[in-house]
Amino acid sequence: MTVSIVRFGGSNCDRDAERALEHLGIDAEIVWHEDGLPAETSGIVLPGGFSYGDYLRAGAMAARSPILAEVREAAADGVPVLGICNGAQVGCESGLTEGAFTTNESARFQCEPVHLRVERADTPWTAAYEEGDVIEVPIAHGEGRYEIGDDRLAALEADDRILFRYCDADGAVDGDANPNGSKAAVAGLLGERETVAVLMPHPERATLPDVGPTDGQGILRGFESAVGKL
Amino acid sequence: MTAYTATVTVRLKRGVLDPEAETTKQALERLGFELEALRSADRFEIDLEADSADGARERADEMAERLLANPTIHDYDVEVDER
Repeated sequence: MTVSIVRFGGSNCDRDAERALEHLGIDAEIVWHEDGLPAETSGIVLPGGFSYGDYLRAGAMAARSPILAEVREAAADGVPVLGICNGAQVGCESGLTEGAFTTNESARFQCEPVHLRVERADTPWTAAYEEGDVIEVPIAHGEGRYEIGDDRLAALEADDRILFRYCDADGAVDGDANPNGSKAAVAGLLGERETVAVLMPHPERATLPDVGPTDGQGILRGFESAVGKL
Repeated sequence: MTAYTATVTVRLKRGVLDPEAETTKQALERLGFELEALRSADRFEIDLEADSADGARERADEMAERLLANPTIHDYDVEVDER
């Protein structure tokens, strides 16, 4: 049983995800997208990077590659799927999650630590936290501004599918703490099932103690129940 | 079969922020131009063969629906010309 990390041409956080998961004792393997999902896949990471050079829109091409049909099928069967950064863009482009991640309000690439407020703690991805906890995880994206129609946002909020919002160090969600102009400060959200989540910040860059804060560990531990510990 | 060019124009829905267009507008203003607003759009010119202009339009529509546009943020239109 292993977490398959799907590598596309242009993925560049696949090895980071592998290292971070293995640090947590979660078996993980990088899978080239053209090879399809291995039979032993019991969790899936769509990693960060610039798949297909971000041509057309970030994530648009990868979302329409054949392996995404396998990912959607696995997700529907309850296999946990986590889309990180470019993987979050792929997730929204593929319909795993609603909405779209598009050009930052600043029109710039932004690479900086941000604070996230945990909006619900009863999911695999947030079971390590309490609702309302503030965690520090870095972002690194040019197209991370969450966009969605007002009616669909209201539906997502009514379904309690917002997982993380950008906030300040005290947990306050206001304009200054929103790094990219995301609607409703959404940094991460759930798909139809709680086992499917996408987020723009990088938990795999906040997992190894050697490189800084480790607040992201809890998110990756979302795979533990499905994959087990080594 | 007739040769057509289907031109698909994809633009952000009204009300969706366009930071790139805003940056471009500011650059034009720095050059001394006066303008009220600027909107950007992507234009795809697709050469294809079809039985009729309607057939060509239908295929271009499907291309826009399935890949070229993202319905969450985009509107699009299609024009078809004989080539």
